[in-house]
Parts: sequence; C-alpha cells; structure tokens
Amino acid sequence: MRVLLVEDEANILEAIRFILSRDGWEVMAHGTGATALSEVARVRPDVVVLDVMLPGRSGFDILRDLRAADETRTLPVLMLTAKGQSRDRETAMALGADAFLTKPFSNAELVETVRGLLAEGAGQGGGAV
Amino acid sequence: MLSFNGLVAVCVFYVAGLFAIAFLAEKRAAEGKAGWLNSPVTYTLSLSIYTTAWTFFGAVGSAARTGLEYMTIYLGPTLVFIGWFWLLRKMVRIGRAQRITSIADMISSRYGKSGGLAALVTVLAVLGTTPYIALQLQSVTLAFGVFAAPGPGGAPDSALTAVWIAGGLALFTIVFGTRSLDVNERHPGLVSAIALEAIVKLFALVAVGVFVVWGVASGPGDIVARIEESPIADWTSNGARWLGLTVLSGAAILCLPRMFQVLVVENQDERHLATASWAFPLYLLMMSLFVLPIAVVGLNVLPAGSNPDLFVLTLPLHLNQGGLALLAFLGGFSAATSMVIVASLALSTMVSNHIIVPIWMALTRGEDPMSGDMRQVALVARRVSIAGTLTLGLVYYRLSGGSEALASIGLIAFLGVSQVLPALLGGMVWRGATRAGAAAGIAVGFAIWAWILLLPAAAAALPVEPILADGPFGMAWLRPATPFGLTGTDPLLTAMVLSLGLNAFFFILVSLMTFPSPLERLMGAQFVNVYDHAPAPAAWRGSVGTADDLLVMARRILGTGRAGRLFREAAEAQGREDGLPEPTPDFLERLERELAGSVGAATAHAMIAQITGGASVSVQDLLAVADETAQMMEYSSQLEAKSTELAQTAARLREVNQKLTELSVQKDAFLSQVSHELRTPMTSIRAFSEILLADDGLDAEARKRFSVIIHDESRRLTRLLDDLLDLSVLESGQVTLNERAVKLADVIDRAVYASSALARGKGLAIRRDRASENIELMTDADRLVQVFVNLIANAQKYCDAETPELTISVRRVPGRIELEFADNGAGIPPQKESLIFEKFARLEAGSEAPGAGLGLAISREIMARIGGGLSYVPGHGGAVFRVRLPSRALRAA
Repeated sequence: MRVLLVEDEANILEAIRFILSRDGWEVMAHGTGATALSEVARVRPDVVVLDVMLPGRSGFDILRDLRAADETRTLPVLMLTAKGQSRDRETAMALGADAFLTKPFSNAELVETVRGLLAEGAGQGGGAV
Repeated sequence: MLSFNGLVAVCVFYVAGLFAIAFLAEKRAAEGKAGWLNSPVTYTLSLSIYTTAWTFFGAVGSAARTGLEYMTIYLGPTLVFIGWFWLLRKMVRIGRAQRITSIADMISSRYGKSGGLAALVTVLAVLGTTPYIALQLQSVTLAFGVFAAPGPGGAPDSALTAVWIAGGLALFTIVFGTRSLDVNERHPGLVSAIALEAIVKLFALVAVGVFVVWGVASGPGDIVARIEESPIADWTSNGARWLGLTVLSGAAILCLPRMFQVLVVENQDERHLATASWAFPLYLLMMSLFVLPIAVVGLNVLPAGSNPDLFVLTLPLHLNQGGLALLAFLGGFSAATSMVIVASLALSTMVSNHIIVPIWMALTRGEDPMSGDMRQVALVARRVSIAGTLTLGLVYYRLSGGSEALASIGLIAFLGVSQVLPALLGGMVWRGATRAGAAAGIAVGFAIWAWILLLPAAAAALPVEPILADGPFGMAWLRPATPFGLTGTDPLLTAMVLSLGLNAFFFILVSLMTFPSPLERLMGAQFVNVYDHAPAPAAWRGSVGTADDLLVMARRILGTGRAGRLFREAAEAQGREDGLPEPTPDFLERLERELAGSVGAATAHAMIAQITGGASVSVQDLLAVADETAQMMEYSSQLEAKSTELAQTAARLREVNQKLTELSVQKDAFLSQVSHELRTPMTSIRAFSEILLADDGLDAEARKRFSVIIHDESRRLTRLLDDLLDLSVLESGQVTLNERAVKLADVIDRAVYASSALARGKGLAIRRDRASENIELMTDADRLVQVFVNLIANAQKYCDAETPELTISVRRVPGRIELEFADNGAGIPPQKESLIFEKFARLEAGSEAPGAGLGLAISREIMARIGGGLSYVPGHGGAVFRVRLPSRALRAA
C-alpha cells in the first residue's frame, strides 16, 4: 500500500516516513504544495498525508482540488496541522478530509489513523468488486 | 468766453475737488466718524444720480419738442417714492438683510442663488446701460464743443475729449469704487462726491432758471404768457404715451443698476429712506421747475435751428452770461460724471461677481475659494470691468456717431433694464415665484425689447437693413418697427406693452408650472417675509439670555468642539467665569464671521439677527431653519465643503475600526503562528523520542542521527522562546540599554565572527571598507551586534547569487551615521517588502532557514530603542538594508 506524504519540515517528514515504512507502507514524500497535485497524479497513492502550512500552496487548497476531480474524489486524506486551532479542523472536515491530526501527535496515533483510512477506502473498493 | 484750455482747467480743478471730498469722506468713515456721511440728506442727494446729463440738458430739449412729456420722467419716480414706499422699504430691508451687492445679486439670491440668472441680468444691465453711458459722454462732449469757442489752438477734438473724460471717470471710479472688497460694498467717499455733484447740478439748473424767469423774462406771469404763445402750448398730450412713460420711469428707478446701488447697496440706515421718500420727489420737482421756462425762452431768444438739448448752456452764453454758462456746464458735467461713476461701479460689481469670477473659479476648480488670492482676483476683475464698461460706452458713442435725440436712447435703455421688474416685484411679494419663471420672463421680455427697439437703434452699425424693411426671412409680421402689423402705434409703447406684458405672463405661467427647489423656497420665504425675519439694526446688540441660544445654534453649525472653544475664548477675553460670553457687538460679529464660513454670509446674518433681534420667531423655528439648511447641502458649495468634512470623518472612523479589526486578526494570527512555530519542532522531538523509546532494533547510526535531530530541534525551540521573550521585552519598552564607548569596526567584527560560526558551510563573502568604520560610538554594542548578525544571517539565508556577497558600507551624514548591508542576490519582491518586518515573516525558502522569522522584527525594535532606525531600501537589485545610528551615538572626537 502506498502513501504520499506532503510535508515541508524535513525532520517531521523523516520521522513520519520512518514510522509508516516500519508499519509496512510504501512511503513517497513531497516537500512543496505547489506541485503536490501532479505528484498525486503521478504516484497514484492509496492514502495522502497532507500538511496545512505548505510553501507554494496551502493544504486546504490542495484538498479542495482533490475533491473536485473525479479520480481523487474518494482518495483518503489525512490532514496535519501545527496551528492547533479548532477552526482548522472544521475547515479540513468541511473540505472533505477523512482524518485530522494536530501536531505533535503520538506515533501510534498516526499509524492507527492511516490504517483506519485505508480500511475505509478498501471497504468502499470491496463494495465495488 | 473761456478758452478750451481754460475750460479743461476748470474741469480738472472741479474733479480734483471731488477727489478731495471723497478722500476726506473715506478717511472719516475709516475713523468711524460718519457724521454728515451718515445723514438722510446725503442719502437723498446720492439718489439724484437718477437725473443724469440726459435730464439736465435733455429735459429742456424734450420740452421744446414735445411739451410737458418730460414731466413723466419725474412723475414715475415721484409716484414710486410716495405711493410705493412700502416696496422700496422692503427692497432696502431685503438688500441689507441678505447682503445684496447688485440688482443681479438680488434676483439671483431670490431665485436660489442662481448663477445663470445673475449672468442673464448682468448682460441685460450691460446692454441697457452702455447706450446710457454713451449718452453721458456725448452730452458732455457736446457741451464742451458749444462752450469752448475755437481758440487760437484750433477747434477742440470732440472725440479726444470723450476719451479723456472716459479715462478720468474710470480712474475716479477705480480709486474710490475698488479700494477694497468691502463686506457691505459701501463706498462713503464715492457717495459724498455724488452728493456734492447733486448740489452743483441742482444749483446750476435753478440759477439758470432764475436768470431766465427774472433776468430775461419779467417774472412768472410773463413766462406763462410766453408759453401760451409758443408752439409748446399746441402740443396735444397723448394719454397712452403719458401713462406708459410714467410707468416706465417708475419701473426704471427700481430696476436701474445704478439706482439699486445708491438706493439699496449704499444705504447706511433704513430710516434714511423715510426722509428720502419726500425729499427725493422734492429734489425732482426743483429739477423740473424751470425746464419749461428755459425751453420757452430758448425758443424765443435763440436763433431758429439751435439744438434745444443745449439750451441750458447756449442761453446764458447767447446772453453773455459767461459765469452762469460755466455753472450750467459744471452742472451738466456733474450730472454726467456722477451717473457714469455709479453706473460703471454697479456694472463692474455685477460683471466681476457674476461673470468673471465664476469663470475664473471654474477654470481653477479645486483650489481653496477662500484664499486671499481670490479676493485679489475679484478686485482686479472689478477694475477691469470698470475700464471695460467705460470703453464699451465710448465705443458705442463713437459708433452711433452722436444721435440727435438724447431722450429716445434713454427711454430705450429704461425699457431694457425694466425687464427685471416682474421677477423683482414678484420675488418680493409672491413665494410661488420660481427661478424658471424668472428666467423665462426675463428672456422673453429681453428678446422682444432687443428686437423692436435695440435692433433699429443699432441699425446704423449692423447689417440689419433687410430685416428692418421686410422682417426676418421675409416674414413681414415680425418686422421690428411694426410687429404683428401694428402700424401707426408708438414703437416704444408697442415694445413696452409687448415686452413687459409677455415677460410678466411667462414669469407667472412658468412659475406656476414649475416647482421651486428647497433653496428657492427658503430664499423666497426670506424675501417675502423679510419683516418677520431680519430686523435691520445698525450694529448687533443682544441680551445675556441669548448667549445660551447662540451657543446652541453655533453648536449645530460649527460642531460642539469648535463652538465651545469660540465661546470659551470670548468669555475669557471678557473676563467672565461662567464660560458664556456677553453678546457684545464685537462677539456677535466674530460669531457671524465664523458661521458665515460654514453656512454663507446671508444665512449667518439672518440667524444671529433672529436670536438677538427679539424677533417674533422662536429659537425652535430657527433651529428648524438650520436643519432645513443642512438638508440643502447639495445646493450650497460652502455646505458641500462641510459635507466633505463629515464624509472624511466617517471615512476616518471606518479606517480606525478597520485597523482595530485588523489588530485583533493580527493578534489571532500571531498566536496561531507562535503555536505553529512551537509545535513544529515538538512534533519531530516527540516522534523521534517515541521511536527511540519503543524500538530496540535500531542501528547505532540511526540512533545517533535521531538524537542529533532531537537535539537540534530542542535548540530551535529554545531559540524561538528566547526571541519571543526578547521581542516582548523590546516591544514593552522595558529593555535596559547597556551603553558604552565602542568602535564601529569592532562591532561589525564581532557580528561577522558570530555569523561565520552560525553559517554551516554557506560561503557568504563579506566586503567591508575598514577605513570608513573607524568611528567611535556610545551605544549598546551587544544589541547592535545582534542587529548586524540578523542582517548577515538574512543574506546567508536568502541571497541566491552564484557567489553570494554582502557589502557593508558606512556613510557619515550630517547628524547621523548610515550603514548599508547590500547583497548581490535577487532582492525582495516588491509585494513582499511591506511584510518583511512583520513577525514570523519568512520568504518562500524560509522553511529551510533557521529562525522563526522574528529577526528583522527584533532588529527593528532594537534600532528604535537605540534611537536609530532600520529600513529596507528597494530598487537596488539585491536586498539592501539601511541601519541609521543617531547623532547622540557619536562620540565627540
């Protein structure tokens, strides 16, 4: 299973990559918001972990575009934010995020959330089969 | 018999006397000693400019030609002064209350301060007055020609004489008519000179009359007998023409611009009018008493074919009474000059106020209309108008070539200016009269008058012969001399009935059809009900009880702050402690001036008059007027300024509110930023420490690497907290500066050293000019180092050049030192320039750069504390920061 991680903080990116890889994920990483959409189209991930504060383009804008396109309308997305305001969570959910984590989070929390997303996505996919 | 030169000398001497009288009067008026100036006799005598050279010479001529018809010219004004005294009084009252400056101003004020209407009346007045001025020049020139026999120097050049006279009159009028822009447009010097001339002309005419009756004839009985024998007795009077001329001259005394000037504008005291109501008719009676005897004796004594218009002069000359003839000449000269002076003054006020100044203001729109420059323009405009008016009269005189019958020109002019009568009378008695009605009436009457009378009179100079003969485009019924096929009637009467009749008809009809604007309604009420509103006190007076009312009103107009200040200052100046000043005349005048700046002079005057004058109008009514006035902002330019001010205040309020909102938003954003900056390193720290805690299978290298990350991120956290604390201390101003003597070069050295330690492998070349850095400073060196480190760190972070370079240059400017930190990178995009000093502002690449984006914010705060400054200098290619050190940081060498 493939996860695309869009995060600009190099250290956080390294931490998440390590945690998810060890859980058995194939982790692709991308450091800027500007080209994140084309990266999604290129990588075709099963789950996207998306930071809100990104250089070039905000995570919210990217999410809006993902939900507008047919191919990515149901793509599971986990939003990460360091701002810690409930307004960010509301915005993310309203835009169609599947899960939301405020930094800092525990590693177990992250792993469970991403697994949960895939289960939902697989359930939907299974229904189709 | 006097030589021509002798006569000129007498005239110059006479005029010099007039100058002296005028100067004396101005001086006394300026000293506040009005004396004989402020007397009803002077006022009445000044009204005598009604009798011009036309009346002085021409009345005898008229009597010799058409019998008693000349009497109508005196009868009309007499009837108005006695029978229509109420109307005159109302006109004077309105003129004073509204600070009216001319007949055009009167009409325009009544009909909602209409500029177009004022210009129309001004044009009408110029057209109606120019022939009249020409007439005066002609009669004086004729008199010169008769009187001054061809001497050794040859015959006098009559054209040149007219030019000299016109020039002299222009000078006199400019000197005494436009010395300053008086608030009330009164000219005491000029009026005194006019009054003196009135005495001279009356005395001259009576002297000639007495000589004729008792010197030539043998008393009144003989005169009557001579009249019976003369052709004058055979003249049959035409009732319609008599009535017409009487009405016309009655209308003229109300409408002539020069009569309005002396009657209303120059009026010092309304009570003078009461005296004039009987004294002026008496003056006219005395002027007319000897007209018939002189005419009869002139026809008897003088050779057949003599010009009867000059009998007053030629009769004494013929009988070898040189002294009497000279007196008669001076009388005629006085009559002509006084008329021309006042007429050109009145016209110049109208032309400058209603034509030149509006055009000038339109051309210089947007400049302050209250500036002193404006007054200068008005003065110059007035002087030019006076010279222009007289030049016009001169040109008309030269073109018309000295027409025979003086009286006919005078009557044409009378009817011309009388076209304002319906609008004038209607405006004073009928509140329903509207601007459109007035304009329609005047335009129609004006057109008919010009067509029937002016065009044929000007025929000599214009190519209008075919129109006169066949009508325009062959339409005979429109032929000027016989409109609608009216043959056999007097053209003057036809024109009068048609023009005034249709004028009044259209005035009433259009007034009924149109609806007056709010300002027209207000002015209409003030004109029609002038007695209810404004008393006419010579000076302001008030009682203590009115001070409160005045303050309430002033607050409404000026605003609470300004009104309060005005009243407090006045109370202090008067030594009163309760904050309310005594309403002394001085204070009321000052208040009126202040109010006038906001609501206009007339309204301000009326408002104060209503409060202080004990009028029947209550303060509530007045406030209603004030409120109504406020609603009329769109009509008044002065109020427009007030409205702009209000709008600006509202805009400022909105701006402040916006700023507050922005501040609140900024505070939220700041907290959110702080949260983000704290949580980001904590995320890495928590994630990696959990990994280290939970996982045993990690190799040593990974363990080491994760520990380094945790260590780095912890330091980043600490630095952030340090910066935040630093900034908060700096911003709260609680920072203590540790000032000591230090060399600028040493400070920069320390900063460069610290930076190179920080910069990990990034080779930023720093170029300096050590010689220029040799400056002794008295400052907080540690703080300055902190600023320089920040600036160098910025260049390390953001300079994107291949071989990045930072040039530090030092410049001594008088009073301070300037350092520039210039890198050779791409610089800061213009749209980001305003952001860089904001907290947490980082450019695009900033996520990799260490620091939380507080560096420049902190640096700027530090420089402000030190007493210098930090700014970004745009437009240099690379990023250039300028550090200013204050002069007090300089140590005396």
